[in-house]
Amino acid sequence: MPALIQHPGYSESELRRVEEKLVCRESQVSMLLSIFGEYCVFLSVLVLLCGHAATSLVCISLSLSLSLQLPHALLNCVECFTSRLLFEHILNQLCAHSPSPDNEFSSHTRCDSFNDFIRLYRQLADLQQQKSTTYIVLDRAEALRDMDANLLSGFLRLQELVGGNVTVIFLSEIVWEKFRPNTGCFEPLIICFPDYSKAELQQILSLDHHPEYSADLRHLLSELYSSAGYNVSLDSSAVCNVSVPPWCVSAKESDTHRLWRNIEPHLKKAMQTVYLREISSSQWEEMQQKEGELHLKGLSAHAHVELPYYSKFLLIAAYLASFNPARADKRFFLKHHGKIKKTNFLKKHEKTSNHLLGPKPFPLDRLLAIFYSIVDSRVAPTANIFSQISSLVVLQLLALVGHDDQLNSPKYKCAVSFDFIRAIAR
Amino acid sequence: MTTSSVSKGCFVFKPSSKKKKTTSLKASDYFHDGKADSQNSESRFETFQSLWQRMKAETERVQEDLNTNILDSLLEFARKSTASFQSKTDDWASRMRASEIPTAALVLGVNVPDHAMTFQSLSALLQESVTPYVVCLQSKECSALKQVLQKVLVQLMGHSVSVEDDDDEEDQPGPRPTGIPSRKMLCSMATLCGWYTAVTQKSASPSPGKKRLSSSKGCGQRPPVVVIFKDLESFTPRVLQEFIVISSQYIQQLPLIFIFGIATSPITIHGMLPHSVSSLLCIQLFQSLSCTQHLATVIDKLVLTTTFPFKLSGKVLQVLISIFLYHDFSVRNFIKGLQLSLLDHFYSQPLSMLCCDKQEARSRAKELSHEDCENIRQLPSFMRYVEKQEPEIQIQLLTSDQRVKDVTQSLLKELHAYHKNYYPVLRCLHALTSSLPKYPLGKQIRELHGICLEKNVWETEEYESAFQLLRMLAKDELVAVLRTCTEILKCAKKLGDAVEKLEEFIERFELLDRCSAVVETGQEGEEELPPQKGLQKKTDLFQLQKSLLERESRRTKKLSKFELLRLAVLDCIDSIVKKHLLPPESQPLHEVFYYSSAGTLRRHLNAAPRTAIQTALNNPYCYLQSEALKSEGGAISNAAPDICIVYKLHLECGRLINLYDWLEAYATVVAAAEGKDPDSAAAAQLDDVKHARFIRAVSELEFLGFIKPTKQKTDHVARLTWGGC
Repeated sequence: MPALIQHPGYSESELRRVEEKLVCRESQVSMLLSIFGEYCVFLSVLVLLCGHAATSLVCISLSLSLSLQLPHALLNCVECFTSRLLFEHILNQLCAHSPSPDNEFSSHTRCDSFNDFIRLYRQLADLQQQKSTTYIVLDRAEALRDMDANLLSGFLRLQELVGGNVTVIFLSEIVWEKFRPNTGCFEPLIICFPDYSKAELQQILSLDHHPEYSADLRHLLSELYSSAGYNVSLDSSAVCNVSVPPWCVSAKESDTHRLWRNIEPHLKKAMQTVYLREISSSQWEEMQQKEGELHLKGLSAHAHVELPYYSKFLLIAAYLASFNPARADKRFFLKHHGKIKKTNFLKKHEKTSNHLLGPKPFPLDRLLAIFYSIVDSRVAPTANIFSQISSLVVLQLLALVGHDDQLNSPKYKCAVSFDFIRAIAR
Repeated sequence: MTTSSVSKGCFVFKPSSKKKKTTSLKASDYFHDGKADSQNSESRFETFQSLWQRMKAETERVQEDLNTNILDSLLEFARKSTASFQSKTDDWASRMRASEIPTAALVLGVNVPDHAMTFQSLSALLQESVTPYVVCLQSKECSALKQVLQKVLVQLMGHSVSVEDDDDEEDQPGPRPTGIPSRKMLCSMATLCGWYTAVTQKSASPSPGKKRLSSSKGCGQRPPVVVIFKDLESFTPRVLQEFIVISSQYIQQLPLIFIFGIATSPITIHGMLPHSVSSLLCIQLFQSLSCTQHLATVIDKLVLTTTFPFKLSGKVLQVLISIFLYHDFSVRNFIKGLQLSLLDHFYSQPLSMLCCDKQEARSRAKELSHEDCENIRQLPSFMRYVEKQEPEIQIQLLTSDQRVKDVTQSLLKELHAYHKNYYPVLRCLHALTSSLPKYPLGKQIRELHGICLEKNVWETEEYESAFQLLRMLAKDELVAVLRTCTEILKCAKKLGDAVEKLEEFIERFELLDRCSAVVETGQEGEEELPPQKGLQKKTDLFQLQKSLLERESRRTKKLSKFELLRLAVLDCIDSIVKKHLLPPESQPLHEVFYYSSAGTLRRHLNAAPRTAIQTALNNPYCYLQSEALKSEGGAISNAAPDICIVYKLHLECGRLINLYDWLEAYATVVAAAEGKDPDSAAAAQLDDVKHARFIRAVSELEFLGFIKPTKQKTDHVARLTWGGC
C-alpha cells in the first residue's frame, strides 16, 4: 500500500508512523502537512480546526507534532482560566520547564500581560535560535472568548506581534463565526473535520480489540457494534465502552446471525446503562463476569428523596403555586369560595397546559398561604419552617428568583418535575 | 453558617460546659435557682457532666457503628481504584477505563449539617489506611475554579509539610516547600502534578522514616489523591465541570479519586454534568442508612435503656421526635435536644441530684438535707403516695426527715426495678404487635413507648384492637413471636417467672402439634356433614343466612384446644403488661428521673420569631416586665415604646397607610402619655423630637418587615402583613 500521506519535507518513516496512528484521517492530515510546509518554512497563516467532540482533533495535532518533532506547546484553554496561567503555560512548555519543589513550583518566568508575553517570547526565541516554526496549539479555544478581550485578537495576530516563526492553531467544537472578534483580526484558515462515517468507525473499532480474536471475528464484531452504536453516539470512545467483553462471545462463532443473537441483549443493556453513566464501567464488567446474576440498579433508580414532613408539604405547595394561576387559588384552597362560571374558566385554561409553560415565580406569602391550607393541623410559623424553605433552595428543589433580599418579599420557583412531586405526595 | 440546612434555625442554647470552665465563675455557680444551696447545685452539676459524658460517648459509639458499613465499602472502593491505578497491566478492559476518574456518589440524606461528621470520620479513615492525600471541598469556599484549585493545593501541599516536619526533620534540613503557596506559584493542576511526582519519587527513594510511612499506608508508592465534594448540589455546575475536565487530563500522572456527597438523589449528577463530562467519570453509588433508621437506633440505645438514669417524659419525647420528623431529619439536633433537656432537668429540678445510678442514689438519699426533704414532700407523686398510707405513717412521713430518707431509698430502689422490667416488657409487646396489619400500636417501638408513657396502655382502643388481631394469629406465627418474646424477657433477671410461663406455653403448643394430626382428621369427618345437608335443601337466602349464622355460633362455642391455649397465652401476656407497663406518672418520685417541661424545650428548639416579635409589639409587658405597661384589652398603653404605639396604630389601617395621619395619631397618643389634655391645641402640636421619634419607629417597623415604601401614592407606605381592613 503506498503511503497516503506524502510530503517532501518529512522523512518517509516519520510519515508512516503518523499514518499508523491516525486512521481514517489521511486527507485532513495531508492537508495540515501541506500547510505546515517544511520545518523552516515561514508560515503565515493561522489555522482553526473545528469538529465535534470525538473527531480526534487533539489526538491528531498532538501526534503530528510529537512524531514529526515540531517545537510546540499544547494547552487546554479551560485549564488556563486566567491569562497569566495561559501565558506562563505556553512559555513553560516551550522551554520544557515543569513546576517542581526545586523551583518552588514557580513557572519559568512571571508573565502578567500580553505585552510581557510578547517580550518574553522574543527573548526565548532569541535564546533558542530555532529556525523551524513553533506551533502553539490551543484546545477548546472557545473558552478564550470569555477571557480578556485582547486575548483572542492578540493570538490571531501573534506572528505579526512577535515577528518570529510561530503559528497558532485553535481547536474548537464551534464554528469560527461564533467567535470572530469585532475588530482587527486575521481570518484563520479553517479546516473542518467531518464526523467519522460508519465504515471509518468500524475500521477504528477493529483496531482496538481483544487480542484473542481472529481478524475476521474482529471485523465482524466491529461491524455489529458500530451499526448498533452509530445511531446513538458518534463518540468512538462511547462505543468502546458499550462493546461486549470477550467472555460472552465464543471465539469460534462465525455466523453473523448467531453472533448477533448472542450479543444483542448485552448491547441493549449496555446502551441503557453504561453509556448514560447509570452504572460505572467497572461495575458493568463485574456484572458481566457474574453472568448478569446480580442486577444493579442504575443511578436513576434511586430517584426517591426522603424529606421531612413539612418540607414535603412546602414543596407540594411550591409546586401548586408554580403551576396554578394565582387567581385560581381562591377556588382551590378556600372552602367557601364564590361560584365561578365553570365553563368559562376551564375553557380559558385548557388552551395551553401550564406544564408546557414551565414553572412561574411566586412570592413567599403565597407559598405560605397555600402551605397552611394544605396542611391539616395548625402549624406555627416557626424558624424551622422558614429554614426549611431556604434549605429546599440549597438542595435545588426550589429556585430563588431575582434578588436575594429577604425583606422585600422574595420570589421562588419550583424546580422539580411532576413525577417527583407525585412520589413525594404519596 | 448560611442557609445550608434543614436544621438551621434560631437555636437558643445555653453555653456548653466547656465554655463555662473558662469563665472565672465556676460553672456550677450558675446552677442554682437562687434558693437552693450551693452544695446541692455543685453535685447536680457534676452528675450532669458525668452523665452527659457517658451519653455522648454512647452516641458516638452508636453512630460510628452505624457508619461502619458505608465507610468500609467506601474504603474498599478507594483501595480497589488505587490498585487499578497501580496495576500497569495493559489488558484491554483497564486500558478502556484508563481515562476515567473513579468517583463515589455518596447519598447521605437531606440534612446537610449532619454529614459533617460522616465526612470527618471518612477522611480520617482514608488518611489512616489508604492515602495521606485527602482534600475536602465545600461549595461555599469554591465559587470559582481558581478557588477550587487553590483549596486543593493548600490542603495537599500544606499537609505534606506537616508530614515531613514530623518524620524527617533531622534527616534533611534543607530548603523545602513552604506551606502556603508562594505568590510566585501558579495555582494550576500542572503545579499539583509536579508536586505529586516530586513527593512520590521522594517516598520511593529509601529513607527510614518514609519506609515506615508507606508500609503503614499499605498502598505502595503512588497513593491516590482523594477529593471530597461535601455538598455537590451547591457547587456551581460550571466550576465542577471545568474541574473535572482538567483533572481528567492529568489522570495519567495524578491518580485522582472523587467522592461526591449528595443530599437528594444521584440524578443530580446528570442534572449538573453534561454527558461529555460525566463520561469522564466512573461513578459508583453508595447509599447511607436512612435517617429514620439512624434515629431509631439512637433512641434504642439512649432512651429505651436502663443504662442512663435520666428519662424523658412522653410529651418531651414527642416534641423531640416531631421536630425530627416534621422539620429537619437531623439526628444531631435530636441529640442536642436531648442534651438540652438533660441540662434543663438538672438545672431546674433540685432533686435531680438523686438522678444517678442505684448505689450512688442510695448513698445520696441517706444524706439528704432538710430542704431536700421538704422538696420531696412537695412532689405531687410523693404526696399521692403519702395519701395512700396509713394515718400514723402519714404523720411520720410529714414530720420526720429520717423517715422520708428511708422511704426515699426504698422508693428509688423500686423505681430502678420498675425500669428494669419496663423496657424488656415494652420490647416484648412491640415484638408481638409490630407485625400486625395496620400497626395498631405503632410500627416503631418509640410510638409504643410514647403511648405507654402517657397512660395505661391496656385501656386504649389500639391495645384492644391489637389483641383482637393477636387472637386470630396462626399457630406458626404465634409460636415464633412467643419465642422472640422469651428471648427478650430473658435479659431481665426479675422476669424469670414470666419467661417460665411463656416457655411452658410454647411447649404445650408443640405438644398440640404432635397430636393435632389425629384430632384434625376426626374433626373434619364430623364437619363434612352439615354443609351437604344445607346444599341438598334448596333454600332461600334467609334460610341460608340463618344456617350460616348457626354454624358460626356453633363454631364459637366449640373452641379447639389450640384456640383455648391461644387465649390463655394472650391473657398471660396481658397480665404481664398490666403489671409492668404502668406509666411512670403512677410511680412515686418519678419527677427525679423524668424531665417533663415540654414547653420549655419547644420554645428553645422550635423558635417562632414572628410570634415573638408580634407578642413583643402587642404586649411589651411580656418582655419588659414593667408595671406601667400592663394594659388590659387591646388598648394602647401610652407608656409603651414608640414602636409598639406605631405598630398598634398601623394595625388599624388598610393596605396603604397615610404617613401624615399616622404621625398625627401617634402625636396624640404620646401627648396623652405626657399628661397633657389630649384635646388641647398644644398637645396636638408637633415638635421636632416627636417627629424624629416617629420616623425612627417607622423605619424600625420597615426593618422588621411590616411595611415598605410604595410608589403607588405619595406620602404612603404599603403594609406587608395580612389582616388589613
